[in-house]
Amino acid sequence: MSMPKDKRAQIYRERVKALQPKSKASGMCVRAFFVGGLICCIGQLIRDFGEKALKLTGNDLSTFTCVVLIFLGALTTGLGIYDRIAKFAGAGTSVPITGFANSMTAPAMEYKKEGFISGLGTRLFSIAGPVLTYGVAGSVIVGLLSLIFH
Amino acid sequence: MPACKRKGERTVFFERKPHIVSAASIVGDMEGAGPLGALFDKILQDDTWGESSWEKAESKMFEAAARMALDKTGLSTGGLHCLLGGDLLNQLITANYAARELSVPFFGLYSACATLTEALLLAGMLIEGGFLGNAACVASSHFSAAERQFRYPLEMGVTAPPTAQRTVTGAGALVLRGDAPSPCDPFQSVCVAGGTIGRVVDMGITDMSNMGAAMAPAAADTLRAHLRDSGKSLMDYDAVITGDLGKFGTKMLIELCDSEGLHIEEKHMDCGNLIFAPGQGADCGGSGCGCAPVVLGAHLLQMLEDGIWNRILFLATGALMSPVSNLQGESIPGIAHAVILERVRA
Repeated sequence: MSMPKDKRAQIYRERVKALQPKSKASGMCVRAFFVGGLICCIGQLIRDFGEKALKLTGNDLSTFTCVVLIFLGALTTGLGIYDRIAKFAGAGTSVPITGFANSMTAPAMEYKKEGFISGLGTRLFSIAGPVLTYGVAGSVIVGLLSLIFH
Repeated sequence: MPACKRKGERTVFFERKPHIVSAASIVGDMEGAGPLGALFDKILQDDTWGESSWEKAESKMFEAAARMALDKTGLSTGGLHCLLGGDLLNQLITANYAARELSVPFFGLYSACATLTEALLLAGMLIEGGFLGNAACVASSHFSAAERQFRYPLEMGVTAPPTAQRTVTGAGALVLRGDAPSPCDPFQSVCVAGGTIGRVVDMGITDMSNMGAAMAPAAADTLRAHLRDSGKSLMDYDAVITGDLGKFGTKMLIELCDSEGLHIEEKHMDCGNLIFAPGQGADCGGSGCGCAPVVLGAHLLQMLEDGIWNRILFLATGALMSPVSNLQGESIPGIAHAVILERVRA
């Protein structure tokens, strides 16, 4: 051994970092922008439909829009389409609320085989769990702060 | 006192040179559509193969590959002295449930994707030692079953980084015999001449999407040890073949070897780079326990049998992490076991 192991390992890791193929961020960003934007446009259309045709307002209108988008996200996941769009669009499909629907439907489909309780029931939140945990925790903190300072 | 069969630090040579007499391979549809498609024994169009889960399908593939390889050499499960093999799934469920169906003496092995060469090396030693007259070595992996264990549910919309390899859906089986092959055996002249036991090598790579880079140092380590122990040089081998380093892992292996004055590029091949064609959506190559055995059994052994090669060094490489160790901040250790495969007779 001419060099201590740690030094060799460090040099190796640096070489790996330098040589490894990189994700093409620019192309990915453009695709994410357009697909993510398209999902938002669909959301706006749903909202307009709720407002004009169903005469919904305020919270009802927002909830209606979310529910329809979540349904569409879950449906396209179940049909095996969502992951294909995601391969192309990256963050464009994971950031909108449809991505949240996908992250719950995908484990639900997958873990159904291990039963409805220990499989589906337990694993349903295996990916979306952190969003809920920290979403709820964050809202509690914000609520407390608002209570104190208002 | 018998002559020592062990040479140097961790290399062994066999006097009886167990013959590999038959092989069988079953793969998924994407592997079947790859460059080696025509060579596999069976290509599945449905990745559950009529079962209710991917895990059950993989076990069925494992069992079927073992039976197919035994059939080809006229052995029944009753005549098989020992089955050695493994897979990627927790607690080796693929191999264990297949062995339940086969009901044969069984050693379950785990070296991740290096399981095949671990099995070959151990089977060789057991036959050489006179403990077994024959043995079957089987390893398998399944893309969908591996995805859910190591990564995400299949329908989850995620993008793979460019270094990610695709787990091969495949099961490959090889049958070894201590005595000479019978005239109807598919392989008449391929034997395991020895090998080098791998060491666990860890260079601190933590990215589970870059397993080629994590395993390449183990391959370099075993290759170096093999040449040093055996006193052989690269000139003695027609090819040096790794299991599933993929494109980027291959690049790192060549760089590591070059830095030590071992220029393997011209002789090196990687099963992970052979199994998929460009444009199949597996640009960094294949991986998984099933990758090495299906490529070896369907393609490489025939090259030896046909006399295109006389001696190759076959190193399957394994990444020994689990999702738990990875989440706990551990890096990815690699291992590579090497076997010398030779052509015997004229």
